[in-house]
Amino acid sequence: MALTLAQKILHAHAEEGTVAPGEIVMVRCDVVLTNDISGPVAFRAMESMGATRVFDPSKVVVVPDHFVPAKDERSASLQKLLKEWADAQGVTYYGQGRGGIEHTVLVEEGWVVPGSVIAGGDSHTCTYGALGAFGTGLGSTDIAACLATGMFWQAVPGTIRIVFSGERQPFVTGKDMILAVIAEIGVGGGTNTVLEFTGDGATSLGIDERLAVANMAVEAGAESGLFPADATIAEYLDGRTERPWRAEASDPDAELVGTVRIDLETLPPLVALPNSPGNVVPLDEAVGRRIDQVYIGNCSNGTITDLRQAAELLRGRSVHPNCRAVIVPASRRVYQQALAEGLIEIFVDAGAMVSPSTCGACFGGGMGILAPGERAIATINRNFRGRMGARESEVCLANAWVAAAAAVAGEIVHPADVLEAVPA
Amino acid sequence: MTYSGRAVVIDQDDVDTDVLFPGPFLSITDVAEMPKYLFEGLEPSLRNQLVGPTALVVGANFGCGSSREHVPQAMAASGIRFLVGKSFARIFSRNCLNLGLPIVICPDAVDAAKPGDQFELDLEAGTVTVAGVAYQVPVLPPFMRDLLDKGGLVGWVRGRIDSTTAVV
Repeated sequence: MALTLAQKILHAHAEEGTVAPGEIVMVRCDVVLTNDISGPVAFRAMESMGATRVFDPSKVVVVPDHFVPAKDERSASLQKLLKEWADAQGVTYYGQGRGGIEHTVLVEEGWVVPGSVIAGGDSHTCTYGALGAFGTGLGSTDIAACLATGMFWQAVPGTIRIVFSGERQPFVTGKDMILAVIAEIGVGGGTNTVLEFTGDGATSLGIDERLAVANMAVEAGAESGLFPADATIAEYLDGRTERPWRAEASDPDAELVGTVRIDLETLPPLVALPNSPGNVVPLDEAVGRRIDQVYIGNCSNGTITDLRQAAELLRGRSVHPNCRAVIVPASRRVYQQALAEGLIEIFVDAGAMVSPSTCGACFGGGMGILAPGERAIATINRNFRGRMGARESEVCLANAWVAAAAAVAGEIVHPADVLEAVPA
Repeated sequence: MTYSGRAVVIDQDDVDTDVLFPGPFLSITDVAEMPKYLFEGLEPSLRNQLVGPTALVVGANFGCGSSREHVPQAMAASGIRFLVGKSFARIFSRNCLNLGLPIVICPDAVDAAKPGDQFELDLEAGTVTVAGVAYQVPVLPPFMRDLLDKGGLVGWVRGRIDSTTAVV
């Protein structure tokens, strides 16, 4: 039987049964991840299941990243509980200030290899598809079962193949490519499926931009979003991990749910307007909107690639007086790299605030909350109503170039217009 | 297994878990405290309609977005006995089943529903009854029936651990 890449990965990890789409199988995890939100609830459920120890401490990773640094006494208590639990269980723990945003950390630290299965107590666990891993987001009770038994139940998904073709226009990034996919299939269009990213426009992407693409597969409702292993992934993993892996791909005659073609030659930079990641328009239709806060960071677009793009716009320029900018390197490593390249200095000189690595304001947790009536442009993955603060605030989603350009102009503009203008 | 409740209707598609239980409240771990923030970003007054056993009737792609389990936890603790929708987002539907909270897809029943209608769900028969009119729903796979029989994933795994010395 011809199989998709997702089916092959699940087959290699299934306890029993077939991997025909729709079949429910028990899947073995290579890595189980949790954080300060899903963790405490999961630990309690694990105890209720009758398990006192995790199934395998070498396969469990704990990263405090959501309410970090703690915003109040309650979140501080969660952080404390998380560390105590991790120490007692002997699992890997990336302490506050030492890791960063969980998905960036796991990729950087070599936990993610092609063909692996990673269960995470966070919906953006699908980010690991950037390295050809079946990363999938689960709730706390699922994570409890993973911690206790190393397994979760999974209905075998179908596959939608996304074919990116052609060369990109200037200022078009992985962010725009995945927004184009969500616009095409809708925010529920990937339900019960895995997205598989192929084509010359996919293979030409670096790892950072692949992370941005895979990260938002869940915004189309998909279980994961996979880039099949290739030379770019092999090069990234060289020297980063000891974990064994081999390249797999879908069989040529594997049955697909559908194929979506995105022509990059004609794709402009895109903006998702409030209040849905599927509410996507070309940048030209979004220009002129006043912006109160620019936020560059999060698990999709807080990489060194994103920070370099932002710095290109902000070098020698200032954040508009009616606007503020928050820049969040996604991990300690990204932060150190940005320091070494002088990017942090550029941001501070421009009047931007550089935040520690955190999920922070991306989910309304802290470190940059919006007041009623305010509007942000952010490189994050969700712009649901009230996502970054007040119910009456708005979030637009865009790539780092577009976000940084808005910081200079105080409104949404084309980055080329900022770069061509004489610096103030 | 049969369930019954009065309908509370959310007549929208793509309702995300952020509006159902906003981010600032995710530091809450006490289930008894969660109902206070259910629907907080959507329409807080909906909470006043949760009186007695409730069937929550929803549109398409309900529960999209974040994996926060606070949403179904708060729903179960607020007297919501089951959900009937046009479709559900994947992680949300897993979370409901894992907590023993049944969800069924039945667009016709959703279209027929008015707030306050008496809903009956019969998982054996595969029917949802709205104000006396029965609609067929897809029969749940055996695994999901088993999950609900055991009150959710905690009970399911506990049974497995009890019967497998190797896992403890």
